[in-house]
Amino acid sequence: MTGRRRLALAILSAGLIGFGAIGFDATGQAVAKDKVKVGFIGPLTGGTSANGLGGRNSADLAVRLRNADPKAKYSYEMIGLDDECKPNVGVQQATKLAADKDVIAAATHYCSAVAIATVDVYHKFGLPVIVWGAVLPDITYRNKYPEVHRVNGTMINQNQHNAELVSKLGYKTFAVIHDTTDYGKGHNKYFSEALAKLGGKILGTFGVTSDQQDFNAELTQIKALNPQAIYFGGLTPIGVRVRAQMDKLGLNNILFDATSGIKSDAYIEGLGKLAEGTLSYIEGAPTERLPGGKFFMEKYAAQNYPNPPEAYGAFAFAAMTLILDAVEQAGPDRKKVMAILNNVKDRDSIVGKVSFDDHGQNTVAAITAFVAQDGKWVVWEDSEYAAGKRKLPGQK
Amino acid sequence: MDVGLIAQFAMNGLMLGMMYALVAVGFTLFFGVLDVIKFSHGDVLTVGAFAALASFIGLEALGVHSAALQLLTMVAVSVGAMAALGAVVARAFVLPLRSAPALNTLLITLMLGTVLRESVRLFYPDGANPKPFPRLLPASSLGIGNFNLRLDNMILLVAGILVIVGVQFLLNRTRLGLAIRAVAQDEETARTMGVNFNAIVLVTFALGSALAAFAGVMNGLYYNEINFGIGLYLGVVGFSAAIIGGLGSIYGAILGGFLFAAAQTIGAVALPFASAYKDVFAFAVVIALMAWRPTGLIPEKLSERV
Repeated sequence: MTGRRRLALAILSAGLIGFGAIGFDATGQAVAKDKVKVGFIGPLTGGTSANGLGGRNSADLAVRLRNADPKAKYSYEMIGLDDECKPNVGVQQATKLAADKDVIAAATHYCSAVAIATVDVYHKFGLPVIVWGAVLPDITYRNKYPEVHRVNGTMINQNQHNAELVSKLGYKTFAVIHDTTDYGKGHNKYFSEALAKLGGKILGTFGVTSDQQDFNAELTQIKALNPQAIYFGGLTPIGVRVRAQMDKLGLNNILFDATSGIKSDAYIEGLGKLAEGTLSYIEGAPTERLPGGKFFMEKYAAQNYPNPPEAYGAFAFAAMTLILDAVEQAGPDRKKVMAILNNVKDRDSIVGKVSFDDHGQNTVAAITAFVAQDGKWVVWEDSEYAAGKRKLPGQK
Repeated sequence: MDVGLIAQFAMNGLMLGMMYALVAVGFTLFFGVLDVIKFSHGDVLTVGAFAALASFIGLEALGVHSAALQLLTMVAVSVGAMAALGAVVARAFVLPLRSAPALNTLLITLMLGTVLRESVRLFYPDGANPKPFPRLLPASSLGIGNFNLRLDNMILLVAGILVIVGVQFLLNRTRLGLAIRAVAQDEETARTMGVNFNAIVLVTFALGSALAAFAGVMNGLYYNEINFGIGLYLGVVGFSAAIIGGLGSIYGAILGGFLFAAAQTIGAVALPFASAYKDVFAFAVVIALMAWRPTGLIPEKLSERV
């Protein structure tokens, strides 16, 4: 009797303990998931801090949304660091983040100079990162670091988009004026390459200094070449001069096809009516025009962040979301997360499709074309030029 | 090459040469009377151009829309204000350093130039951005093949020639010019002959600065755009032009200005490696000319430095 009782009790208690243990596990996981750290770096102070804070908030939004999702396997904590848009500070912060083994991956950098300075750090420490705002091609293309990825486009994508748009509009012959800095030379290189593939012809290329005042000699030569369009790779100050001096030489029936370098209010202010019909481009897009822009703006507004997301906030959100997805899939392991990120193909995100090439660069990044219309930069697709109501200079 | 294109290049070169010559004449005047280099000269040009722009905006605000009246006021304000500025600079920075080494004058005016330039950048509203300069001259043009002859360019060119002729007349045919030449030749003798040395120095600096202001307005009307950096480059070019012409000689400065513009235009057009190197070519020509003629193409007639 006592033996049987004791046995029954033992079975019962074993069962109870066992059951209890399982119940504890199940409830325990639902209440307190494992914590995973992810990182964010951007310029949170200084001249470009508006973009940095917008990016930080947007990445934070991705983390908050994931933490609120009951299906998420982990609970995430984001460490946000300030690179001040200075390469030396950026390298320190990147080292700090990468040296913390608990940090699995990070969305990093708005400033190109910082991003290019930090890639070696991430490579050395094996921390997978996704650049969310910097546009210099070299960040992904100078090295072939499996750690480094980028969701936003570069001047390569920008110039492909540019060449495609103007070719489609019927422009076949171009003269190129570019400044001889890395910026202008890069634009010249990528535009010429993209245009050659589409069958366009460059009749003459003119390198100019970035503070040149007089372009009459170059423009007179261009006049003799008689191209349909002038491609300009440089910044606003000389862009204004070139366009104004084109007018002086009677070159008003030639399209002025420029780059992100002149996409500023100062260009339009500096030229007044002459700015009309100039084309420019940016890597990225106004947030409301992105595929997931509306969703993003609603969620962002609901969090009551003190600063707006700015132009690249949606890209920071997309970068962080890709990281969180990878951690969900592979667990908190840098190498596994990196392997997943390296195989991102045709993934939907709020900034459109994301496909990383073998350098980690998103090859289908959003580029937006603008045309100066009535003293404003208007998104090309919304303009009267695209609608056919007006014609660009020299358009047939 | 097509004749129309050659004419176009020549026209562009003449316009550049005229602006360079006006700046170079200023350098040569200052050097003539006081044997000093005033490096803020280019930035005085910038301030002059911005003064003209500000007076244009003021007139628009006052409801004066007549282009001729606006132009006259702009030139008057700019030239008057810069003449005053030039005299003040001479009084405050150049004359007190009369007995100090000439290098000190060069340095103090170099720094003053930076102050002027940065002041325009910082204190003119949105001064860091390029500013549109009004088109006040008739814009009609005559297209002859590839040559686009613009009426406004012709007016600017003629105005520039008239100013230079006027300066020549002032220096060679008036009592004031005689006094300036006397001081330039021999300060002490001029003093003993009753020339008010300080007054002549101030007048000369006012005259040179007024020329810079005129060049600034001309620059604005020609390019229809001004920015805080225009004077820096024009200053360096004007100085080089004055040197190759022969510092102290008015004709030399004019010749130097046009030579430099010609070198630049040839550099941009005729060289196979294109326009990126046109300044390299032009300044190389300056170096070559200086090596060939160390005192300039038209040296100062009476060199009395002992």
